[in-house]
Amino acid sequence: MAEIVIKNVAKSFGSFQALHSIDLTIADQEFMVLLGASGCGKTTLLRIIAGLETPTQGEVWIGGRRVDKLPPRERGIAMVFQNYAVFPHLTVFENIAFGLRMKKLPQPEIDRRVNRTAELMHIEQLLKRYSGQLSGGQRQRVAVARALAMEPDVILMDEPLSNLDALLRLEMRAELKGVLAGSKTTTIYVTHDQVEAMSLADRISVMNGGKIVQAASPVEVYRNPAARFVGSFIGNPPMNFIPATRAANGQWQVAGVTLSGPAGPDKLDFAIRPEDLTVAPGGLKATARVIEPLGAHTLVTSDVDGRLFRAVLDSDITVAPGDELSLVPKPDRIRWFDPETSNAV
Amino acid sequence: MTAITTETDVPRTVESARSAGKFLFIAAIVLICAWVLVPIYLLLVNTLSSPSEVSGFPKTGIPSFDFGSIQFFLSFAGVLKALWNSLLVAVLTMILSIGIGAPAGYALSRFEFPGKEIFRMLVIMTRAFPLPLLALPLAVFFIRTGLDDTALGLAIVHTVLAIPFAVLITFSLFSGIPIELEEAAWTLGCNRLQAFRKVVLPLVLPGIAASAVFAFTISWNEVFAAAVLTIENRTLPAFLVQSLNVSPLHLKFAGGAAMVIPALIFIFAVRKYLFAMWGIANR
Amino acid sequence: MSPKALPYLLLLPATVFLLVFFVYPFAQIAILAFSSESGPTLRHVQTMASHWKFGSALGWTVLLAAVVVPIQLAVALSMASIVTKLKSGRNTVLYIFSIPLGLSDLAAGIVWLAIFEQSGFLNSMLVGLGVVERPILFLSYQNVWVIFLAVVLAEVWRATAIVMVILVSGMGLIPKEYYEAAEVFGASPWKRFLKVTLPMLRPSLQSALILRTLAAFEVFAVVVTLGGSTLPVLMGETFQWQFALQDRNVASAYALVILGISIAATLFFLRVLRVPKGATI
Repeated sequence: MAEIVIKNVAKSFGSFQALHSIDLTIADQEFMVLLGASGCGKTTLLRIIAGLETPTQGEVWIGGRRVDKLPPRERGIAMVFQNYAVFPHLTVFENIAFGLRMKKLPQPEIDRRVNRTAELMHIEQLLKRYSGQLSGGQRQRVAVARALAMEPDVILMDEPLSNLDALLRLEMRAELKGVLAGSKTTTIYVTHDQVEAMSLADRISVMNGGKIVQAASPVEVYRNPAARFVGSFIGNPPMNFIPATRAANGQWQVAGVTLSGPAGPDKLDFAIRPEDLTVAPGGLKATARVIEPLGAHTLVTSDVDGRLFRAVLDSDITVAPGDELSLVPKPDRIRWFDPETSNAV
Repeated sequence: MTAITTETDVPRTVESARSAGKFLFIAAIVLICAWVLVPIYLLLVNTLSSPSEVSGFPKTGIPSFDFGSIQFFLSFAGVLKALWNSLLVAVLTMILSIGIGAPAGYALSRFEFPGKEIFRMLVIMTRAFPLPLLALPLAVFFIRTGLDDTALGLAIVHTVLAIPFAVLITFSLFSGIPIELEEAAWTLGCNRLQAFRKVVLPLVLPGIAASAVFAFTISWNEVFAAAVLTIENRTLPAFLVQSLNVSPLHLKFAGGAAMVIPALIFIFAVRKYLFAMWGIANR
Repeated sequence: MSPKALPYLLLLPATVFLLVFFVYPFAQIAILAFSSESGPTLRHVQTMASHWKFGSALGWTVLLAAVVVPIQLAVALSMASIVTKLKSGRNTVLYIFSIPLGLSDLAAGIVWLAIFEQSGFLNSMLVGLGVVERPILFLSYQNVWVIFLAVVLAEVWRATAIVMVILVSGMGLIPKEYYEAAEVFGASPWKRFLKVTLPMLRPSLQSALILRTLAAFEVFAVVVTLGGSTLPVLMGETFQWQFALQDRNVASAYALVILGISIAATLFFLRVLRVPKGATI
């Protein structure tokens, strides 16, 4: 059992507040992704959990044990680093065996674990090599194998795929998901790549400015962003936002069209994902500006009420720059945000 | 027609200018190599000639491979002891400067802490001072503490000379080891010391050895402080400089060769690190 | 042990060592130069300044630095440019170029003594070529300028290597793109050297110049080897007062003079070649 509980953790570097009072619970065997742009504090949070950084305040609990005063080696964690950190003076075998030797395991057990994890990561034939003789992808595999061989309660991963090229990243992503699902460890995975986050996570914590904005399942984060930031950060192209004014109780005026929405304050922001729009009469009046055929779909960037507005439309549509379109939002996909707090309503 | 000839002529001119440039370039390299090597060669010629040839005239520039000068040098009273003293002082300097400098280099490369800049200033400041002059006040200090005319006393002065290099070079060596490697070792069950021993040390050892050789060379070559601080226990440079007026030519040249040859070996040993060391030591 | 204390613990030996054997002794020098049994005094400084050799020692030392350092800089710049252009054989050439780096000034003095002494190689060559009839006594007290020239040659021969090494590693830090950009905008090789290499090399030039100028003020063994006491220099006079004349106080006063011109030179180069904030590579 390795539930991770983070209570009121904050961290500042000098006058810079990197993390503001974070509370987060990660269930045993859960795959949690910390997602955010660079500088949002996600790596700092991971390093605090690992014990590589001391929090300015707050507590970290792993498996019912308070660990925030313990050194990394006593926390029952293993970590995969962004630059792999494969020891250059040791062979692949000795790299994977490194932590096992520190635990003073008997040699047969070390051999068994190294061979098992090497097989799992498909690097059996590389065990005698040095890191200088490995490609980036192979180094990545060694780093993961080294972490898995520890049979830790928790695996922490800091942007492990960000240094690989696009194709390799895709391949490793699928493989990591399979291997980690089989290992029954709790995983915390830091990335700035939303596709990676969506495809790997049981739950995503979206971070911004040293705070967790939303922690929920990938579909929930995508469909029901808790804040405007989540909607605009996740999804490519991002969510569209248009200011709306109250027409009547529960009726809202959006770019000349009346839509039903929540009862509430005088002003709200109307939001819709680009793929939740169809061309039909009676919709939002849009002037097409840029047409980008993407194969399966066509991305139309248009102008609605003087604002940039994107729609992902069926690729058999014929539209040219300057054309007038009427875009109808799917009613159940419309979201509303309070412009004051930027939170979902 | 004219247009065509100019067109074909222009590339030809560039071509010939280029090959002329290339010739000059190679000539310059050969010239500089000769400028460096010929004087050393001439010293070796004198060393490998008999004492009478050394003071004879004119010289042929070709060694007779007579070991008379070397024999004379080695059997001259005090030479072997001076060689031994030089070695002793240089080894002590090497141990002291790395032993004291490397921890400081590690601290500078791995930690942010108040006072770091003050320490850096202290180290950099040493460069603005003519360090051999330290021998003057320290001569008094050493007499009081019983370190006068000892290998350790001189090694201490040489360590002051070598320490700025040791600190800055080891700083650059440690900075070249990604901190992630150490952190990985911590997460894999090491404490700080174990991670240093098992990961950092094997990786920096060749560089540390190079900077140790550098410290050795600094001490091996130092003349002024050695001449001021040693009387009975002279190092080789101190011995040579003190007996310049009284010693015959062949003794001087054999002594010079005894100083030059180890230096050639040292530079050869650390050649790979020369540039890395200086590149960052000057930041 | 708290992790906060660790860096200080690691710095402690070096700090204590430098305080005891560097800061304190230099304070001692100042005290020695100005003290006597009967309190503070300017006597030693006056003794030094009124001695007939002081002026010429100071003059020769400064002149030597003023001649040697610019030559070294020019030669080292050419050497460094050659090395950075080399494609094959670069390591061998670099090794040969940097050999003198490991030689002491005493060894360099002896090497050039083999060339300049009366039965030396220069005379052998001149007589062999029929330029002169009998060997010339180059290094005599009547030929102080020849001694000066020999010292300059020996110093340039020995200590240009260190300047070259500093400049080569400095040039290694300049990204190639800048040269390519300059070339695209039509700069000739010479212009590229003037407008790209030199300005970007400023930090390396600065440390090389400081290092070499200070070392030139400390010149000692080369001069003694080649010229005995014919060519007086500050470091040699310091040695004389300390040893032959057994007067520590005057020797310290000399040391203060060397220290003074060293600090002045350092400040001068720091100021002249300072790199504006944010203009680093």
